[in-house]
Amino acid sequence: MTLQQELVPTAPAKLAVEDVSKTFRTGKRVVHALDHVSLQVSEGEFVCLVGPSGCGKSTLLNIIAGLEQPDGGRILADGSPVTSPGRDRMVMFQEHALFPWLDVMGNLMFSLRLKPNLKDSERREVAMYYLHLVGLERFKHANIHELSGGMKQRIALARALAPNPKVLLMDEPFAALDALTREQLYGDIQRIWQERKKTIVFVTHNVREAACLGDRVVLFSPNPGRVQEEFRVDLPRPRDINSPELAAHSMKIMSALKGHLNPTEELAE
Amino acid sequence: MKRVLTALVFFAGLLAIWQVLYSLKLWSPVLVPAPIDVARYLRDAALDGSLGSSCVVTMKRLLVGYLIGLVAGIPIGMATARLRALRDTVGVLALGLQGLPSVCWVPLALLWFGQNERAMLFVVIMGTLWSVILATETGVKNVNPIYVRAALTMGSKRLHTLTKVILPASLPFIVSGMKQGWAFAWRSLMAAEIYVTILTGFGLGHLLHYGRELNAMEQVIGVMLVIVAIGVAADKILFSPWENFLHRRWGTSG
Repeated sequence: MTLQQELVPTAPAKLAVEDVSKTFRTGKRVVHALDHVSLQVSEGEFVCLVGPSGCGKSTLLNIIAGLEQPDGGRILADGSPVTSPGRDRMVMFQEHALFPWLDVMGNLMFSLRLKPNLKDSERREVAMYYLHLVGLERFKHANIHELSGGMKQRIALARALAPNPKVLLMDEPFAALDALTREQLYGDIQRIWQERKKTIVFVTHNVREAACLGDRVVLFSPNPGRVQEEFRVDLPRPRDINSPELAAHSMKIMSALKGHLNPTEELAE
Repeated sequence: MKRVLTALVFFAGLLAIWQVLYSLKLWSPVLVPAPIDVARYLRDAALDGSLGSSCVVTMKRLLVGYLIGLVAGIPIGMATARLRALRDTVGVLALGLQGLPSVCWVPLALLWFGQNERAMLFVVIMGTLWSVILATETGVKNVNPIYVRAALTMGSKRLHTLTKVILPASLPFIVSGMKQGWAFAWRSLMAAEIYVTILTGFGLGHLLHYGRELNAMEQVIGVMLVIVAIGVAADKILFSPWENFLHRRWGTSG
């Protein structure tokens, strides 16, 4: 495979969640994290999963990633069943999960070295391409602890993009960041999504964030975890999180969500 | 530069105090020799080769045994951390034996192997092994599971995950275990060499012991200085690079 081929965006994948159930047992308590959940995600779609904690949205993401197995049902990625983690579906976690024993370049090379059919020099070029994409090529030799929270998540994004996956799975990646950094990343992720043409499944408990990023917002309800309602967001991109049109959308989702919320649980708007 | 100077002044001061105490003749020169006598002993012993060959004998025992302890201890520690059955058996054994002062292995080693290299090697390995096993086990158990999950999504599997993720992620613990193992091994080896004549080679402990037999205090102090110097050098050569690496990458202090 040549470098040029490697850098061409891969065709984004279509995802099908078919009747997926998952139960956890903690002591005597049984939690129905997912109860017969079905969901279609089209090629190149940006879908946000929203819901209160315990609604199984992160569990679903882990099952799509292949990191957990469902008790029932199955996941299809481009028609083939998902049974294990794979480079076609990369994950970005809430904690950056960057490896502290490697520098920035080493972290990107970690995922690229696992990809066959490339020379090391080509891998390095691919890594530089993605560092440039997130605007941090100057920090290629930096150590992870030297980076700010926002920079760490940018590097984590670059590392997840580097193997050129068809699907990007994001589990509350911006939850731990301050508001200003988060707003910058909203811009970046929309730009990168359009440039790299990925299918993105994005888990968040922040309704406004979901409305800002998603083509579609899927609302989950907890105990048992089910899809409650879906909302299409047809605003032009790039979207500004502070725009009134967006606020109108998030209000609508928010009120639907509040119907299912019990008073002890909190939700960020 | 200023730090070097401070250190130099400090040690020159110590030497001066020593010289003054000697000159005051408070104690017999047999008990407190002059610094110059110690220096003379060190020069003579270095020239006649007795010091050099003792150093070689001791360091060989130490390094070979230590290396075996590391090479065995790190995989065993990783295994005990990952497999419950091993943790409940080998892990408990390691915990128990690590509590045993490693010099206690000397009588057993002498009876099993005789007064030879194998006995010394055994003592050094016993000093190293259990500390390294326990530290590695703790390190592996403390690896943030998210590293493994992230690696899995990137296509890392079994042995690759073990060597490229879990091993480096537990490095801070492993290095401290390596230091402790070294300290235990070094102490027990010296004790063994001082109290038992090992027929297959005369080490530094042996030299120290004969200093006492001959009432040659300048030899006793001279050899002690060499032992201290080896300890400092080991720290600088064996452990400083690791600690600098940890400090640089992890951003930890110390």
